[in-house]
Amino acid sequence: MEMGWRWDFTYEILPQMAIATLNTIIAAGVGYMIALIVGLFFLLAQRTPSKIFNWVNREIVEFIRSTPLLIQLFFVYFVLPQFGITLSAWVCGMITIGLHFGTYMSEVYRGALEGVSKTQWEACRALNFSTIYTYRRIVLPQAFPIAIPGMGNYLVGIFKDTPLLSTIGVAELFHAATAVGGYNYRYLEPYTLVGIIFLTLSIPAAMWVRKLERDVNISQGKIKK
Amino acid sequence: MTYFEFLNEHGITLLLGTVTTVKVLICSMILYVVISMIFGLMRLSKNPIIQSTATVYIEFFRGTSLLVQLFWAYYVLPFFGISLEAFTAGVVALGLNFGAYGAEIVRAGILAVPKGQWEAAHSLNFTPAKRIKRIIIPQIFPIILPPAANLTVELLKATALVALVTVVDLTFEAKQINSITWLSAQCFGTALLIYYIMARFALVPFLRWLEVLAARKIGKEKV
Repeated sequence: MEMGWRWDFTYEILPQMAIATLNTIIAAGVGYMIALIVGLFFLLAQRTPSKIFNWVNREIVEFIRSTPLLIQLFFVYFVLPQFGITLSAWVCGMITIGLHFGTYMSEVYRGALEGVSKTQWEACRALNFSTIYTYRRIVLPQAFPIAIPGMGNYLVGIFKDTPLLSTIGVAELFHAATAVGGYNYRYLEPYTLVGIIFLTLSIPAAMWVRKLERDVNISQGKIKK
Repeated sequence: MTYFEFLNEHGITLLLGTVTTVKVLICSMILYVVISMIFGLMRLSKNPIIQSTATVYIEFFRGTSLLVQLFWAYYVLPFFGISLEAFTAGVVALGLNFGAYGAEIVRAGILAVPKGQWEAAHSLNFTPAKRIKRIIIPQIFPIILPPAANLTVELLKATALVALVTVVDLTFEAKQINSITWLSAQCFGTALLIYYIMARFALVPFLRWLEVLAARKIGKEKV
């Protein structure tokens, strides 16, 4: 077997990797959308008046947050069929990523809502605004900018966790690299390419999130230009 | 087969896997703490070469996926004549990856120490090394420990990935038992529970205790 980097092999596998990259981006995007919505449900569940319900919800969130995503993936993928629910690897992966990061997202939402100063609520009460109107016109527009950096960070986080989906057979970038590597018995180029592709996608994304964070802080008057 | 019978038959295997997971956790924890201290300080160096080395390292390891780094360490390094054992490769990849995140925490912690402390140490004619060691480092612990605790829980979760490079840890055993018995709910459920118990009732209380200790060390009683 030839040692060292082989450019001809790199060019040969490049189209395959590019297609798989698209799959990775789709997986991250769909997973993120689900996480955004699931986070909202966890947030609403936290805000109910029932103490028992709140406690149960908090324990569920705590459980999902402190167990590995990998085993959660296996759990969903292998256990659901035993109850007669057969889902494709894609659907399982998306559900699990959505649930896992949804719990994180609910914390981001909660932090943002608590970041809106209490006097805003009091002022709205004094002006006799309804709760819905207060949320829609006063609280949410102020909470949203606070949530943006956290939301952005988890978008990058989900993107970097998509390789885990390869373990249940979702044909994303890492899966493609493993398949190509196994077929040709050369892992150097495929895995290095995966690393490079991840770097070229996630560093600009992270920089963009950091810029957003800065813009938000400037618009809130926390730091000066 | 009841759950009790399942535990009776496979409980020991899962526990042995748990021991390996704890070993991986402790080794990579030590590695990541050391790395984050070194690179956190390097990030703040005035020397542009040292500083940019640290920046490249941090951006590289934060920019790529942990799984990719793990596979790279285990399957690609042999191409360069470096063959690591699965356990070593796992620990090194985890340590390097989390060290990059930790370095950012350390950097933020050092920057959060009030400037007056630096100036006071300077005016008392402390050497730079002594300034860092005696004045700054004791004060950064209460600042960096809460985010470091979060990171360490993430590390415990991330140790599950080493199973994919054939380290025989809890995840590996759970997968193994699953492929023999097909009792997926039992074996993955138990694995999830063990991870949860480790995080919730061992790791988190330990880290909270460290936080209290650090706060007390600098005379801030933590409630």
